[in-house]
Amino acid sequence: MKSLDDLKKIRDAAQSKVTMRGKNDGIRILVGMATCGISAGARPVMTKLVEEIANKNIEAVTVTPVGCIGECAIEPIVEVLQGETRTTYCRVDVEVAERIINEHIIGGKVVQDNVIGKYRL
Amino acid sequence: MIERAHVLICSGSNCVSRGAKTLSAEFEEHLARLEIRDEIKLVNTGCVGLCEQGPFVIVYPEGVFYAQVKAKDIKTICEEHLYKGRIVEKLVFDETLTASKDIIAFDEIKFYSKQTRIALRNCGLINPDDIEEYIAKDGYRGLGKALLEMTPLEVIEEMMASGLRGRGGGGFPTGLKWKFAYNNENDQKYVICNADEGDPGAFMDRALLEGDPHSILEGLMIAGYAIGANKGFVYVRIEYPSAIEKLKIAISQSKELGLLGKNIFGSGFDFDIEIRLGAGAFVCGEETALIASIEGGRGMSRNKPPFPAIKGLWGKPTIINNVETLANIPAIIYGGAKEFAKIGTEKSKGTKVFSLGGNIMNAGLVEVPMGTTLREVIYDIGGGIPKNKALKAVQTGGPSGGAIPESLLDLKIEYETLIEVGSMMGSGGMVVIDEDSCLVDICRFYLEFTVEESCGKCTPCREGTKKMYEMLEIISSGEGTLEDIDRLEALAKTVKSSSLCGLGQAAPNPILSMLEHFRPEFESHVVEKVCPGGVCKALIHFEVTDDCIGCRKCAINCPVDCITGAVKEKHEIDTSACIKCGICKNVCPVDAIISI
Repeated sequence: MKSLDDLKKIRDAAQSKVTMRGKNDGIRILVGMATCGISAGARPVMTKLVEEIANKNIEAVTVTPVGCIGECAIEPIVEVLQGETRTTYCRVDVEVAERIINEHIIGGKVVQDNVIGKYRL
Repeated sequence: MIERAHVLICSGSNCVSRGAKTLSAEFEEHLARLEIRDEIKLVNTGCVGLCEQGPFVIVYPEGVFYAQVKAKDIKTICEEHLYKGRIVEKLVFDETLTASKDIIAFDEIKFYSKQTRIALRNCGLINPDDIEEYIAKDGYRGLGKALLEMTPLEVIEEMMASGLRGRGGGGFPTGLKWKFAYNNENDQKYVICNADEGDPGAFMDRALLEGDPHSILEGLMIAGYAIGANKGFVYVRIEYPSAIEKLKIAISQSKELGLLGKNIFGSGFDFDIEIRLGAGAFVCGEETALIASIEGGRGMSRNKPPFPAIKGLWGKPTIINNVETLANIPAIIYGGAKEFAKIGTEKSKGTKVFSLGGNIMNAGLVEVPMGTTLREVIYDIGGGIPKNKALKAVQTGGPSGGAIPESLLDLKIEYETLIEVGSMMGSGGMVVIDEDSCLVDICRFYLEFTVEESCGKCTPCREGTKKMYEMLEIISSGEGTLEDIDRLEALAKTVKSSSLCGLGQAAPNPILSMLEHFRPEFESHVVEKVCPGGVCKALIHFEVTDDCIGCRKCAINCPVDCITGAVKEKHEIDTSACIKCGICKNVCPVDAIISI
């Protein structure tokens, strides 16, 4: 350990190890992973989301599997929670998952093609 | 691939003894089977505090708090929670203290929300075997700040401004202790971490060493820099194998990163730490006996002065700080003394860790700001007394402390207030005593301990503790007189004022404080020949009440077959044959056997 900067480097690099523990104020992505969701293909969607977040080094975003919210017919469902705002995407596949990350999480623009309003009113 | 969930498994000794070791392997197996091993991070953490409900598994990001987890539950947690995202409700910690059953996150539980965690800041949250997790939590930044931005004197002044006092029992101001050693110039000085935790019922130091060993090392290094020592020792008892292992790992990791060794942070400061193992003698927690033990001698205390800060290890200036004291130091230096001094009361700053035990719902480790009342600790955090029994007394300070009666429960916890009522802070054991306990018997237990642990060097302690123990035996056997109680009190005062070291000086405290607050209970043992708590064997007998359902359970378990009665009829105890073992009372499903 030559200097304080060395310590800070280790600290910053190690942040990802612990930031998940504690209060999470960032964006939460929920993936419906009940039996209906899994059979509709939610597993590769979740994997894609997790991979994209890792590859693009996006901070303060967590991906959480959740249970069935009742709309089994339009699974896989992915929800993005940001503060009070809630966006629900339906029929999400790997490509849509990638778009959600690129357009919504990074770009801040909702992916209109898959919002629940397109399938249910 | 990032990990989308962190699974924290409590690996404190209490949870390990309840089977936490097997949980990791179960997780590995089921996560691999579900092909989600890569997405989940498994972390073995230190004690999370609520030992009564262990072992624990905490799942982040949700912070779901699973309690009393068994190996067979892991399959369910993996399949339901980690795979499908459905929280396993039946395993979630049952918060009986609040009306709301919706609470799932651990920091919302009353047990935690009422605490302020400084010393325990990382316990149960980080992996103690991974120095990077400690660094990620701002670890070693206090050391960096001290070495690069402060002179040793400034560090000492900061410590004095913080108002931190020794957490090992005495409550001596830490900064002042450092200053004595700082002013005493010498070619070699030492710092020692006193991890010889010996009070029956105290386990906060063990939890800190197991859960956050780097904070102890960092505290010790800052202490070394402040007084001008380049060598530190951690004196830890061999009865703490897991703590020793974590310390060894922590020391080797610090050395690897150059946080221990030569020219730390390029500041020119060198420091090295060695572990010294003690054989587990209570007296070695006393500074001078501890030093004798490190030097290779027999663990016996000597006269003070000279104090160790003047003449300590191998005759060199030495400061000895307790584990919890050291754990506070990095937080004080990095966060600033001002912030620290905001917590607590005028004379007692910061927080104190207590190991809560005895007749209490949530036995475990709690850290509260100084000035919190005993009632808050016992009822709000501790959850009160099982079976709604009445509280008789609270024992603090272990065999060196005393008992505080129910009438003083609103007492604010401070060094001075506890001494005023005849007890002491001690290292932080807090034993709750309910109405079905006997204080004479508890006194006897503590004296039995001090008789065993007296080093034998000075007469008042060696002979006095033994005599006091014998007097308590006479009282509890019902053969004592009122004069015996007076003699016991007189002897206790003599031992207290004439013993050489803290062990003997404090050994009579349980007797003196219990006589002060509970004299009638002692008197009823010798006058009415009655033990109000129903404990002292010679004075009690067992009876079956009308609540008996006639289940035969007591009769089957009785070792001397002195219980008779047909099924579904009230049983009877033949008191002439009864050996008063109490097994019948313990096995009775409807509490129909009483001791009076």
